[in-house]
Amino acid sequence: MNILKNRDVLLAFAIVLLIGGVAARFPAFVRPGNLVNVFNDTSPLILLAIGQMIVILTKCIDLSVAANLALCGMAAALLNGMGVPLPLILIAVVLMGGALGAVNGLLVWKLGIPAIVVTLGTMTIYRGTIFLMTGGAWVNAHQMSAAFKALPRTVLLGLPVMSWIALAVIALFFVILTRTPLGRSFYAVGGNPHAAVYTGIDVGRTQCIAFVISGALAGLTGYLWVARYAVAYVDVAAGFELQVVAACVIGGIAIAGGAGSVIGAVLGALFLGVINNALPVIGISPFWQMAISGSAIVIAVALNATQNRPKGRIILKEVEPA
Amino acid sequence: MTQQTHTARAIPDRLQSPAARALRSWESILVAVAIAIFVTNSFTSPYFLNAWNLSDATFNFTEKAMIALAMALLIISGEIDLSVASIIALASTAMGLAMQAGADVPILVLVGIGAGLLCGAFNGFLVAGLGLPSIVVTIGTMSLFRGIAYIVLGDRAFTGYPPGFAYFGQGYVWWVFSFELVLFTVLAVIYWALLHRSSFGRAVYAIGNNATAAQFSGIRVARVKFILFLLTGLMSGIAAVCLTSRLGSTRPSIATGFELEVVTMVVLGGVNILGGSGSIPGIVLAALIIGMVTFGFGLLNVPGIVMSIFLGALLISVIALPRLFGKR
Repeated sequence: MNILKNRDVLLAFAIVLLIGGVAARFPAFVRPGNLVNVFNDTSPLILLAIGQMIVILTKCIDLSVAANLALCGMAAALLNGMGVPLPLILIAVVLMGGALGAVNGLLVWKLGIPAIVVTLGTMTIYRGTIFLMTGGAWVNAHQMSAAFKALPRTVLLGLPVMSWIALAVIALFFVILTRTPLGRSFYAVGGNPHAAVYTGIDVGRTQCIAFVISGALAGLTGYLWVARYAVAYVDVAAGFELQVVAACVIGGIAIAGGAGSVIGAVLGALFLGVINNALPVIGISPFWQMAISGSAIVIAVALNATQNRPKGRIILKEVEPA
Repeated sequence: MTQQTHTARAIPDRLQSPAARALRSWESILVAVAIAIFVTNSFTSPYFLNAWNLSDATFNFTEKAMIALAMALLIISGEIDLSVASIIALASTAMGLAMQAGADVPILVLVGIGAGLLCGAFNGFLVAGLGLPSIVVTIGTMSLFRGIAYIVLGDRAFTGYPPGFAYFGQGYVWWVFSFELVLFTVLAVIYWALLHRSSFGRAVYAIGNNATAAQFSGIRVARVKFILFLLTGLMSGIAAVCLTSRLGSTRPSIATGFELEVVTMVVLGGVNILGGSGSIPGIVLAALIIGMVTFGFGLLNVPGIVMSIFLGALLISVIALPRLFGKR
């Protein structure tokens, strides 16, 4: 019975059920080629959910990821227009995303401003900056070089490069979070910041690193997004941050910090990805997506809370360092 | 995310005189800023100093400021509601459906306000009833409420509201004083009395400073929080009536981004984002300032998205500056 209590197993089971349910009426949905498509479509969400998960582990939240993605994507498109070679563009978007994340992180670390306020503010600032850079103009497919557009779609060993990047990032952060001191410190900071300080972990610095990681992943995803859809404009991925948070909450990442896993975040993203891809197949308008991810957040957060409800009454609340 | 800061207050040797304290308060800084912006605007644009133009300018903030009044109480109590803009979208969609079913003006208003109340009750139930964190809950309902509007409307829009309905967003009570402005003023007085002159208001502060202690001193914390979410939903419903009436149509993207401006207003108004302190006069001043700034930018033909950069920067710097200069 223990395996049934494991949240990741249950979620994986739910995803299989979901796929099975759709496949029962539309067998084409489970063709290997289509499942690869579903995973590839979900790759941006997976990449951002991993970054968001690390931020949430440290008791923060990053609402600026989608705006960061759009800004870095636009920067990539503009650099490409200037004839910058692709490897340099890739390095540039990761660094730029990381720097934008560092802005969030430093405001949280050095000034102690709550992450929700910081990222609510930088969300509009980053998106507004795209308008300042372009005057609202679009960068369209014919303005992008063939190599720039081809990279995420190139198929290697049966999978597009975008999927390979997602798999590599999943593997990288699985190792970092479970096998390195840095990974442990994310959990320590979120689990009990007070104790973390006494074990020699700098809470603010760790939170800042989490924001840099989230930002760098958003920057990388920005290039992938813009190159895959072959268009860059101000409203790229508008509102996507809600899906990213939804993926994390569904994946069992505790919003109070300190609990969650890479596998959980990936499964949460896949759950939403399968739903998003199944909607058109079963003939439901894509306008349902927003309400579905919203109710998924509400239901998942309610389930998380009933699972982790502490026994007995807490009379004295822990005092956390300011 | 809900960090609790414990500011140890040393007892001063000598109390400041009330006059000195009033001069150094956040509200007096806001008054100074408001005057400065007013003067700057009247120099940079020849169209600023005109009763009708100024009256038009109030439409920039009245709807958001109504919500900010309730949001201030909610944030003082240590919670937040990010779904307010989506409540407007859902309430406006409900009014559109009622209009199509042939409802007349009083019913439309009731439907809008009722939809707002229901949304607020839903948030309140999840946060106060089930004890879930308000940030995630309202991020979820933000997506859910607007999502429902998208399900109903898709890429269509409701238009053709009855002529009498236009009064709430476009009518004037007397001379340049619009219905919205008068309504906001009345609501501000009510909220001032509620927060600063009633036991309910004291309970809100008590919960924001120490919810556990408040619970043990006999305050029904969950009930107060539920009422606060209900009030925020109510104000969003009222704002939805005004906004729908002003625009004369409903699209699912109505009021996008309002939550940022409302939170900015509340924080600029001097409410501690971590809860426990803040005042209604501060909110009113912050609303005036943001309204005048956006109006001034508008007169100078600054695009809306650039104003939103300004608002985002304002939100962060209002919290950052006092911390940078050591005055918390």
